[in-house]
Amino acid sequence: MTSKTVASSVYDWVDERLGLSELAAFARHKTVPVHSQSFWYYWGGISLFLFIVQCFTGVLLLVYYRPGADAYESVRQITFVMNFGWLIRSAHAWAASLMIFSILVHMFSVYFMKAYRKPRELGWLSGMALLGVASVFGFSGYLLPMDELSYFATKVGLQIPSAIPGIGEAIANMLRGGPDVSDFTVQRFFALHVVVLPAIFVPLLGFHLWLVQRYGNAAPPSEEAKPASERKTMPFLPNFLRKDLAMWLISLNILALLASVFPWSLGKPFDPLAPAPVGIHPEWYFMSPFEMLKLLGVVLQGEAGEIAGILLFTLGIVLWILIPFYDRGKEFGQRARAAHYFGLLAVFALLATTVIGYWTIR
Amino acid sequence: MNEQTNPAANIIEEPGERNTRRAFLAAAGIAGLAYTAALAYPVYRYLASPEEMAMNATAVTEVTLKDAQKLPLGSVLMYKFGRSPALLIHHEDGRWISMTAVCTHLGCTVQYEPQADRIHCACHGGVYNPYTGANVSGPPPKPLKLFKVAVNDTGVNVSLA
Repeated sequence: MTSKTVASSVYDWVDERLGLSELAAFARHKTVPVHSQSFWYYWGGISLFLFIVQCFTGVLLLVYYRPGADAYESVRQITFVMNFGWLIRSAHAWAASLMIFSILVHMFSVYFMKAYRKPRELGWLSGMALLGVASVFGFSGYLLPMDELSYFATKVGLQIPSAIPGIGEAIANMLRGGPDVSDFTVQRFFALHVVVLPAIFVPLLGFHLWLVQRYGNAAPPSEEAKPASERKTMPFLPNFLRKDLAMWLISLNILALLASVFPWSLGKPFDPLAPAPVGIHPEWYFMSPFEMLKLLGVVLQGEAGEIAGILLFTLGIVLWILIPFYDRGKEFGQRARAAHYFGLLAVFALLATTVIGYWTIR
Repeated sequence: MNEQTNPAANIIEEPGERNTRRAFLAAAGIAGLAYTAALAYPVYRYLASPEEMAMNATAVTEVTLKDAQKLPLGSVLMYKFGRSPALLIHHEDGRWISMTAVCTHLGCTVQYEPQADRIHCACHGGVYNPYTGANVSGPPPKPLKLFKVAVNDTGVNVSLA
């Protein structure tokens, strides 16, 4: 038997049991719309790639990281003692930021292309859930080095749930593992970060990707309006996949550049008696919600104002999540326009509050 | 001179085109390998860090055991020579003997038994002479390596023989 016949008989054996040729036939027929906004189709793939990077670098950090009382010392060791540990850690931190960034770009492109409309509502909802889990990933991962910055970021961040009337303090205590951020907090954030969140994220991601396979890429309404003969597509295999992989390579290069040229720093070990360091601020992706709450607090004074602020903020997010059930039409009617302006308002609010947040750092 | 009207020119050019295509693919393959290696190298070195640290610890040629001169007659002190455990025995006759405590059979840590006046490995019953380190009975294929011992007022200095 030649190697070719061996290969084909192995393929036949596996195919008979797993139905590979059905999958291959499905993949051959898969197409991606081609139009002036096709560029935005890559951002979901880039987010996926950065998540894979997070899994790899995360496991590498796990090799030396020790949660609990030893947390800071182990991160110091990773950063300054282990060969290239600084690079692995820096890549993990940078890829986290880049992943949130590309998810946001992906979300807004889906929003403005109205790709959340029927039958893709569940794609939108699962995507929003993924963004939610990704930000909890970011928040919990930020504490793990247990340096000054992460200590205060967590301390401040957990003030937000504790402002919820009645049960808020109980929730915050549950998350913290006591009334203060301590070794217990790192230990449970660690469990959250490496076990609970991946166990939620990965199946959600599988569901999200399955929906993408089922319904394909959505074209913007302007394309949908064209007659079928005028719409252009390209085959997913190999044309789109090749471009997708090229984007992954570009992302990896950007990540490598950022991680090595701007290595992630490690502050002083946390000290519950030390004053907050000057210029402390949340990560860029938390800057906007943080600033919005702060501004609402200025407008709506007092404790009632604080609660009203949180309610208003939550209402905005709920409206955003529920947009597929409001803007359902196929055409670009009044509701579609309203959704469009709501989207522009969200982008503006996000950018403006981020700028104000950085502007007012003392 | 017009290539489009001269079929012979096309036939001659073809192998050349195939060569440039092959050269391109080879170059792309090498670049891909170099890229992968550039990614794999830091990861390998990162994971190999403890091994490298251990290798540095092995480079130790002498150890000073502070206050070990106070060790009573007929007793033993376990200490670390480089990265492996070692024995310092103060024999009843006053002799100071030090040797590695790693059994030459399968690497268990051996122990000094003063009553039986022998060095015994609990894993597979290997027995060594507590003065010379010679393998006396059981499975060990080789003797335990002896160290040079120098006793002074402040401690005991052990070095490679």
